[in-house]
Amino acid sequence: MNASNFVEGVDFSLYLILSIAVFFLVGITAVMIYFLIRYRKKRNPVATNIEGSYTLEIIWTVIPTILVLIMFWYGWTGYKPMLTAPNDAMEIEAVGQMWKWTFNYPNGKSSDTLVIPIDKAVKLNLVSKDVLHSLYIPAFRIKQDVVPGKDFSMWFIGQKLGRYDILCAEYCGQLHSYMLSSVHVIEENKYDEWLNKKEDTSNEHPGLTLMKKNACLSCHTQDGTRLVGPSFKDIIGKTETIIVDGKEQTIIVDRDYIFNKISNPTSSTVKGYQSGLMPQLNLSEQEVNDMIDYISTIK
Amino acid sequence: MTVDALPYTDFYKAKKGIWSWLFTLDHKRIALLYLYAIISFFLVGATLGILMRLELFQPGKDIIEPQTYNQIFTLHGVIMIFLFIIPSIPAIFGNFLLPLILGTDDVAFPKLNLLSFYLYVLGALFALSTLIFGDGPADTGWTFYAPYSVKTGTNVTMSVLAAFILGFSSILTGLNFIVTIHRLRTPGMGFNQMPLFSWALYATSWIQVLATPVIGITLLMIVAERVFGIGLFDPSIGGDPILYQHLFWIYSHPAVYIMALPAMGVVSEIIPTFAQRTIFGYKAIAYSSMAIAFIGYFVWGHHMFTSGMSGPAAIIFSILTFLVAIPTSIKVFNWLATLYKGSIVIDTPLLYALAFIFNFLIGGLTGLLLGALAADVHVHDTYFVVGHFHYVMFGGTGFAFFGALHYWFPKIWGRMYNKKVANTAFAIFLIGFNILYFPMLILGIMGMPRRYYDYLPEFTSLNQISTVGSWITVTGIILMLINLIVAARKGEKAPDNPWNGITLEWQTKSPPPLENFDKMPQIPEGGPYNFPNAYKHKH
Repeated sequence: MNASNFVEGVDFSLYLILSIAVFFLVGITAVMIYFLIRYRKKRNPVATNIEGSYTLEIIWTVIPTILVLIMFWYGWTGYKPMLTAPNDAMEIEAVGQMWKWTFNYPNGKSSDTLVIPIDKAVKLNLVSKDVLHSLYIPAFRIKQDVVPGKDFSMWFIGQKLGRYDILCAEYCGQLHSYMLSSVHVIEENKYDEWLNKKEDTSNEHPGLTLMKKNACLSCHTQDGTRLVGPSFKDIIGKTETIIVDGKEQTIIVDRDYIFNKISNPTSSTVKGYQSGLMPQLNLSEQEVNDMIDYISTIK
Repeated sequence: MTVDALPYTDFYKAKKGIWSWLFTLDHKRIALLYLYAIISFFLVGATLGILMRLELFQPGKDIIEPQTYNQIFTLHGVIMIFLFIIPSIPAIFGNFLLPLILGTDDVAFPKLNLLSFYLYVLGALFALSTLIFGDGPADTGWTFYAPYSVKTGTNVTMSVLAAFILGFSSILTGLNFIVTIHRLRTPGMGFNQMPLFSWALYATSWIQVLATPVIGITLLMIVAERVFGIGLFDPSIGGDPILYQHLFWIYSHPAVYIMALPAMGVVSEIIPTFAQRTIFGYKAIAYSSMAIAFIGYFVWGHHMFTSGMSGPAAIIFSILTFLVAIPTSIKVFNWLATLYKGSIVIDTPLLYALAFIFNFLIGGLTGLLLGALAADVHVHDTYFVVGHFHYVMFGGTGFAFFGALHYWFPKIWGRMYNKKVANTAFAIFLIGFNILYFPMLILGIMGMPRRYYDYLPEFTSLNQISTVGSWITVTGIILMLINLIVAARKGEKAPDNPWNGITLEWQTKSPPPLENFDKMPQIPEGGPYNFPNAYKHKH
């Protein structure tokens, strides 16, 4: 059994074209080498001027035309079913943002990995919070760009139990190659169990839960390592040089500064870091304060 | 030949001093200015490529940070596309040879020609200025896809303005060639008596004139969005990122033919000369260039099959993409047939031309996979595309470029290179090239996305093979260039027509005099490649 319902169509068109390609590559190269040997100057001191042949021109126009139309046809038949999801497909929202995938289920459950039941049509409604991404599952032979402001979707059926890589195929900035996740195809009963299991976040700081949800930690580490933005470790009370409207200022990082930065990301940039990448989040004042409460605990 | 002994002044000696070069209106000198500039940028771009391959030798960080890597692949793309491949053959060999093969003394607008060169220099300075000014070179990829290109803090504006200026250089060169071909052919030379290189330049020039303005305005729209916040492409201020992709590829797909057609023209010159017989299917090759230029306008959507395209649009773009393969395959079959019953001399230029066919076949045939909708969904935006693209552009146009350099070298410098070294360098280059890029095709089918700083462990061994290939490739290129530099300075004197070529440039001296021809060149009877010593074919 193939990993998804699209593997057969895609692989057929892929291997059909590859075989024709190998045939022509080997054939043409072999004829070329034969001519080089057979008609080299030593063996054929006088050339013959042959200006052309209508018959041959027609033959080598018509045959490739037929071949490419066959290639087109199998390309289309493998692609067509990808365009429309069946009506009974279960819908999951897939959110791409720099540099994290999040999957939101209809019952409110949210997950970093895509967990789906086997042999069920799944439709992903694609949302981008910032720039272009592309949700790519090589094992399923499927890929769809995730474009901010567009309601794109993709669908597939996982047909084999297992875990498969989800990659981002559209360049999205600094950590593009680390925007990884996986799709986990499991038995239906296990799926129901998983779906209804509440994640126990009661022991987790509400600020941390919010930061995980908004992918803050993709860029800001908790252990002092430098990624895209400054690390949160010991950040409160730190002296930093920031750039506001092209001018440098030295400040001591405090709660107010972080509050302003989260509420209005373009207001300033810490010197040495790239501007323009931090997303504008829709958070309440309480939520921002929760986050800052948590940040102040990171030592 | 007593003619050779007559004293004459070649174009190098006709005028002296640095200003006679910097303000020259002679198409041959402008061609050489382009040559030195373009080869320099090629070496810069290649160095960046080597750095990328080093970083990809192992998973994880090897030598550079992700941000630096992203800037390097962007700069590599911008330099190789806009400063090397697009101008390479037209600006150097087109400039040097178009007037010669048409039997005239210069291009139609020599001053415009010099202006094109200086626009090229200005554009190059803009592109390089991002290394020094602003927040570093762009990190968007050479495609400058919105909205990332609107949001990023790196110096996208300068890079985009560079491409804008370089576009004008390209437009003016194209315009110049179109007028030259229409107006300045030597008396008696009709369109169908022109060498095929001028046909290829003619088709290319039309694309340059008609398609480049689209990218010009698109890039200015990015600048307007970045600088004035006008919402054109960024949805957070009301724009549409898909619109950007359409506008970008409306130019950039035809631009692929700006890069490929002149190379096909070079191959169409080299093969008959070294087969010492007439080209097979002159009209088929000439008109297929025009067909490629025309159909090539309408296939841009195949870059966007996974960008949420509707079914009918996908069908149309896919069929048109397949149709553009037909004129290309016609060319390949005609080149092959030109070897039939030739009297073949295997010399360095022919080796490059045949390597072009081999590499370009791989590039073209892998392109079929990308044109097929189902297969494209899997391999789009993976290393398969990177491999395909480099087979077409580097293995195709790059090899034709170096083939042209070896073919017209004795004409340009009046000297001959060491053929043994040239052939050795060629062999190293060809083998290294295939070790460098073939693994990328497999990596793509395995599912490794492009523009990846780091990769999953299963991709390691193929990446390592590819990196080793990059070392072999660069060894071949360095050996080739050293051989040519030595030959240009102290190579053996070359005769005026070392390859027994029949097109008009071989009727004048090597190097040619300032006015190109001392006496009116003779158009060969019965067609531009009708070698008089070959048997006449009887039906």
